Amino acid sequence: MEVIAKRPESLTKTPFTYCPGCLHGVAHRLIAETIDELGLVNSMAGVAPVGCSVFAYKFFNFDMAQAAHGRAPAVATGMKRARPDMHVFTYQGDGDLAAIGTAEIIHSANRGEHISVFFVNNAIYGMTGGQMAPTTLPEMKTSTSPYGRKVDDIGYPIRAAELLATLVAPYYIERVSLLSPAEIIKAKKAVLKALTYNKEGRGFTFVEFISTCPTNWGIDPVKSKEWARENMLPFFKPGCYRDKGEGVE
Amino acid sequence: MAKVLMKGNEAVAEAAIRAGCRLYFAYPITPQSELIEYMAKMMPTVNGCFLQAESEVAAINMVYGAGGAGKRVMTSSSSPGISLKQEGISYCAGAEIPCVIVNVQRGGPGLGDIQPGQADYFQAVKGGGHGDYQLIVLAPSSVQEFADMASDAFDLADKYRNPVLILADGMLGQMMEPVEFKPKKTDEEIAILGEQHNSWCICPNQDGDKKHHHEINSLEIDPLVLEKHVIKLYEKYAIVEKNEIRYEEYNVSDDNEVLCVSFGTASRIVKSAIDELKGKGKSVGLIRPITLWPYPYEQIKAAIGPKVKKVYVFELNMGQMVDDVKIAVNGKVPVDFFGKVGGIVFTPAEVEEKLEKCF
Repeated sequence: MEVIAKRPESLTKTPFTYCPGCLHGVAHRLIAETIDELGLVNSMAGVAPVGCSVFAYKFFNFDMAQAAHGRAPAVATGMKRARPDMHVFTYQGDGDLAAIGTAEIIHSANRGEHISVFFVNNAIYGMTGGQMAPTTLPEMKTSTSPYGRKVDDIGYPIRAAELLATLVAPYYIERVSLLSPAEIIKAKKAVLKALTYNKEGRGFTFVEFISTCPTNWGIDPVKSKEWARENMLPFFKPGCYRDKGEGVE
Repeated sequence: MAKVLMKGNEAVAEAAIRAGCRLYFAYPITPQSELIEYMAKMMPTVNGCFLQAESEVAAINMVYGAGGAGKRVMTSSSSPGISLKQEGISYCAGAEIPCVIVNVQRGGPGLGDIQPGQADYFQAVKGGGHGDYQLIVLAPSSVQEFADMASDAFDLADKYRNPVLILADGMLGQMMEPVEFKPKKTDEEIAILGEQHNSWCICPNQDGDKKHHHEINSLEIDPLVLEKHVIKLYEKYAIVEKNEIRYEEYNVSDDNEVLCVSFGTASRIVKSAIDELKGKGKSVGLIRPITLWPYPYEQIKAAIGPKVKKVYVFELNMGQMVDDVKIAVNGKVPVDFFGKVGGIVFTPAEVEEKLEKCF
């Protein structure tokens, strides 16, 4: 019998702990499949953040470090500098990367650190139970913005891809979404590009995934994708913001 | 090797490189700037990594990553910067990351000043970061000892998979003294050291054959598992306490009428006062703890001779180590304390005056 789909070698057999309808599993799978395809499983190392993906170190089947909140790019920097023969990535959520870890992400990108950063943006803090994120949309209600995010008070959501694209050093920056099979196929191409550049030692690569949080948004999984399409994509526009390999500066 | 005249900050950096440290991450702060500058200058000449981090917070997390990858790694700072590193230090202790941290202490609290102090004793030996953990803490009192401690610190960090803190001060950092360095580790020796942690650290699968899934982690969501982990850490600390206590005795004898306890820069001033009193026929001894953790409790207790009327503690703070001395003395004789703060260092005459009143 021919095997046409199987668990990637880059994933352990530990079951994911994510909520039904959560897209972290899809993002994990895309990264793991790509690492398999590039033959990097023996030289790969990842850094898990604080957030819903805090247990990512259990799910990826190669060496993994669990970092303090927001510090994953600094930890990855230390790992890569200590083991230049290894390929290193971080996997971070919006609170981790765009709030408490802003210094670490900006400066690792600015150094052109030879790491890949996978950033999952679902506009909310999932693990702690639905608080406002730096990417929470204007007027969006969360447990710490119960009257909606007031931009006059707390400002606008941070567009991480565009922010990092103001820096000279990053090699590749792209925002993709995980809201439909066609978009997931596109997202896979971005992951492949980031990890290929990583393998080739080109420099800092960054992929932002627009994702959902059915549990904390209080919307069922199918409708949450529609909600994200209508509300998130107009503000967080998918696209390639930097690709030095393709002349996109 | 001939002796060279060097600042403490430079000597500890040179000694770290000689001990095989090839990764250094830090942020500038006075009075340790010569240390980061020396590393910036010398690391590229030995194919090492020098990286000026965006913050102390980032620097200690780079240490977590590099130490987690099994390599000899160091960071350094001064008091306010060490406060910023506490989160990362707690993670390093929890995940059992071997690494070396240097604190060239200055006056506090807050921004304080840039003069020498010893007010980070509690932070160094009683926690500092969150959770139950211990650092191995070494306290030098000369530039020579500061340099020698660099290799000792790496050896201890590797032996026990634990962060080691060298607790110096602005005086030792800035002062120039003759220093003789240990031989440089060869590239082969450094390569062997770099692979010694491959059974647990972040490292490639050697033969291109999927063999391991190592986790660098301090998270244990199951309380029973976390409890087991913390107990395991404390079993390790008990072994450190058994094997690694270091201290110096100075003029300790049965004739002592006062026993002093003092560490680092402060202890040198106490020694001068003891010498002066000796000339006047007054016998005073000194115990200088070299490891501030593990602490020489038993050794202090044992040094209290039959004629000792008082144990006198001298520190450049408002009285921190004196608490540990009281534990050691356990009510056997009175314990007194004299300290100076704000970056002011007491003089031998001031110490002598305090001691003379005990006779």
